[in-house]
Amino acid sequence: MKGPEVAWYLGVAAFLFTTGAVGVLIRRSPLIILLSLEIMLNGANLALIAMARHTGNLGGQIFALAVMAVAASEVVVGLGLIVAMARRHLDLDVDKLSTLRG
Amino acid sequence: MGNVLVWAVWVGAAFACLGSGIAVISFTNPFYSALALIGNLGSLAVLYLLLSAEFVAAAQVLIYAGAVMVMFLFVIAYLGGRADAPWAGGPSWQTIGAVGAAGALLVEIIVAIGLKAGGSLSHADVSESFGSPAAIGRSFLTDHLLAFEITSIVLLIAAVGGVVLGSYARREHWGAAEPLAGDRPPVEGGV
Repeated sequence: MKGPEVAWYLGVAAFLFTTGAVGVLIRRSPLIILLSLEIMLNGANLALIAMARHTGNLGGQIFALAVMAVAASEVVVGLGLIVAMARRHLDLDVDKLSTLRG
Repeated sequence: MGNVLVWAVWVGAAFACLGSGIAVISFTNPFYSALALIGNLGSLAVLYLLLSAEFVAAAQVLIYAGAVMVMFLFVIAYLGGRADAPWAGGPSWQTIGAVGAAGALLVEIIVAIGLKAGGSLSHADVSESFGSPAAIGRSFLTDHLLAFEITSIVLLIAAVGGVVLGSYARREHWGAAEPLAGDRPPVEGGV
């Protein structure tokens, strides 16, 4: 049960990462930007797990689990920020969040 | 025969993964985007299983597709289905630049993989227990103990941050909090 080489998985991971990057760059809704960030993190996770399979070392999978924990924390804080924005009746549009602009 | 089956599963999971990823960033309704992301996470879990990462695949389904996405869907349901239309009004310079930059990034990564690896990235010979919960747990509690403890601190800080953000938003909603500078003039005397 070998299946495709690890390089194929890395290709999928690269495509996922760039898909997420496009989403972060072109969308304006902070909710969808958070979803795109999740795609980028999952692309990195797939690359980590593929290389763990290539080297036969469990460290990559441990790292992927740590990335999952960080992603969960990021979602908690990000969604808290979005809800706080909505409660103060701000538009859910990252281009309009310019109060901190110098 | 088994190899053909693995290839078939891989092709299905990989295309489902890429297609749902593109769907996430293309839908106007954030609810559909979140549902597409659940499909993306599920097909990624299949890829993890093919890479003999059983525990990570289970954690992916439980934590991501379970807990995190439920939280996302609650917030989207609370805020309503409002979002920008990504491709409306023809391509803007920002869209073209973003797609161009991301395409350059993709080509760079693919070239780096091709040059460095050159198709020699084979699967290592691993034991049956590679990626099992027992192996992951032993690795976490022996070699990676510090990372394990730091992860718990990160989660604790995130929980505290979520509570602080939520309580601040509630006080602001009642109008009893100190207003932020530049938001609206302070109410004389307070409430």
